Amino acid sequence: MLENYLPVLIFLVVGVGLGVGLMFVGFVISPKKPDSEKLSTYECGFEAFEDSRVTFNIRYYLVAILFILFDLEIAFMFPWAVVMGKLGWFGLISMTIFLGILVIGFIYEWKKGALEWE
Amino acid sequence: MIHALVTAQSVIAAPANDYGLALPEIIMLSAICAILIIDLFVSQNKRIITYLLTQATLIGLAIYTIHYILHISTATEYTFNDSFIRDFKGDVLKIAIYIICFLVFLYSKDYLRERRLFKGEYFVIGLFGVLGMMIMVSAASMLILYLGLEVMSLSLYAMVAFNRKSSVASEAAMKYFVLGAIASGMLLYGISIIYGVTGHIGIGEISSYLGELAKSKTTMPLSLVFGLVFILIGIAFKLGAVPFHMWVPDIYHGAPTSVTLYIGTITKIAAFAMVVRLLVDGLGPMHKEWTQILVVLSLLSLAVGNIVAIAQTNIKRMLAYSTISHIGFLLLGFIAANENGYSASMFYVITYAIIAAAAFGLIILFSRKGFESDNLNDFKGLNERHPWYAFMMLIVMFSLAGVPPTVGFFAKLHVLQALIKADIGLTWLAIVAVSFAIIGAFYYIRVIKLMYFDKPVTEDNTPITAGADMHIVLSVNCLLALGLGLFPGALIYLCSLVFTPAV
Repeated sequence: MLENYLPVLIFLVVGVGLGVGLMFVGFVISPKKPDSEKLSTYECGFEAFEDSRVTFNIRYYLVAILFILFDLEIAFMFPWAVVMGKLGWFGLISMTIFLGILVIGFIYEWKKGALEWE
Repeated sequence: MIHALVTAQSVIAAPANDYGLALPEIIMLSAICAILIIDLFVSQNKRIITYLLTQATLIGLAIYTIHYILHISTATEYTFNDSFIRDFKGDVLKIAIYIICFLVFLYSKDYLRERRLFKGEYFVIGLFGVLGMMIMVSAASMLILYLGLEVMSLSLYAMVAFNRKSSVASEAAMKYFVLGAIASGMLLYGISIIYGVTGHIGIGEISSYLGELAKSKTTMPLSLVFGLVFILIGIAFKLGAVPFHMWVPDIYHGAPTSVTLYIGTITKIAAFAMVVRLLVDGLGPMHKEWTQILVVLSLLSLAVGNIVAIAQTNIKRMLAYSTISHIGFLLLGFIAANENGYSASMFYVITYAIIAAAAFGLIILFSRKGFESDNLNDFKGLNERHPWYAFMMLIVMFSLAGVPPTVGFFAKLHVLQALIKADIGLTWLAIVAVSFAIIGAFYYIRVIKLMYFDKPVTEDNTPITAGADMHIVLSVNCLLALGLGLFPGALIYLCSLVFTPAV
């Protein structure tokens, strides 16, 4: 039983060995000529203007939340629709409650102005 | 999957599921949705409507649940295909949660207003947290318990970060989120192992499976103990027991005091319910295994909580370490591993939540815009400024320390009594617990000394700005620490009643 997995083990060993080995070879034989410009944080770019910890508007975050809201809804609705006939009224009422709660979240988001992109 | 759904239909058609048993949860969810929508259409100066609706929901549910246990039923009943339980102890714990949450929101109102945090979301998220706790209390399946725990935890993370302009609060929320996620992961891993070994996810089914196993074997299989350890780690994280306590002081300190009030009181009752459902109802037959681990957790919590609290200069941090030591005491009741011990623990956690609400309520009372009043030095000479509230603080501190005749003394007494009567050779643990309680008395009494015998650091004659409702309710809450100590009988009787097996 367990020997069936031998190829996987060999694959793992070869994969890890190759990855570590090539990195090690590169580390050993590569030329190293450091100078102050090379060691600076931004060798070919601008120096940082200010601290990175500033408050900023996270618009895409709201879009992502909206996406999750409707993405999950669809993910639940497809399997539900397939067996809808067999679930009967119970299924219909359950899904109505589920959608009702989502709609409340949607109303909240709309009224708070999360959908306005100026 | 389709097959599973089709077979589910026959279950649905059966009359076994009485969804009315979950009526409190259904009412709560509907109320939250209604409040969220109403709050959208209320202008900022009429925000009090949201607050009043929130309080009305909590009071309504408390009255309904009291009515239910007095006049309808105290029987244990199941619904949602045996994954939801409604029983007497759950109902009592829920009533305690509703009432203490009512106090929390009442104390928070003025605090939030002065800091421009008086928003509808605060109350909605708070109610969502309560909904999570209600689900935890009523869980009869490991998955439902986890679901309730996550609803509660996610609400708490958001509440800690509620003052988003405060960097201390954001840091606390971040820490809480990361550590809380680790704890949830540990708990879920433990649950999955228990599920894998026993093949059951329902708490009652796991219990009967383990009961059969305990009859045939003298020791439990290692795989089960492995799962148990992870469940215990999750529980210890959520309770804040040493060595999984590191988040407690930072979150208590960093969060707005009104949120600290929320976390420090009702979530402890919910955590107690979680321990009862998981360890007592579910893994009860494994009590020989989990008591060993709880002894260590309890001992460390008592030691670290009481000793480190002495070094604190911030009263919120001090009360955080005090919570840790109280958790140590709470666990002593579970170590006794019998009905006596569980009911003593329940009495302990309910009275602790009441007293902690009073303690944080007093800190909120003394604070005002731009002044948090959370340093120990702020309490110097309090007796000269506000003699009545200095007296109230005295009662609360004595109760936390466990000085008779306050209720803290009786809570400690019953837990220790249950531990010694259980006759499992742990009398030494009771003695150690008492010694640490005496060490702990130092820092509680230090607050009293600061209030009565020290001169104020600065001349500060600003009057207390709180409204009449807060004055009255807070005074009653503080006096309750004395009143329940003088007449503890009714609550003790109630707590022992809920753990008495039905005949």
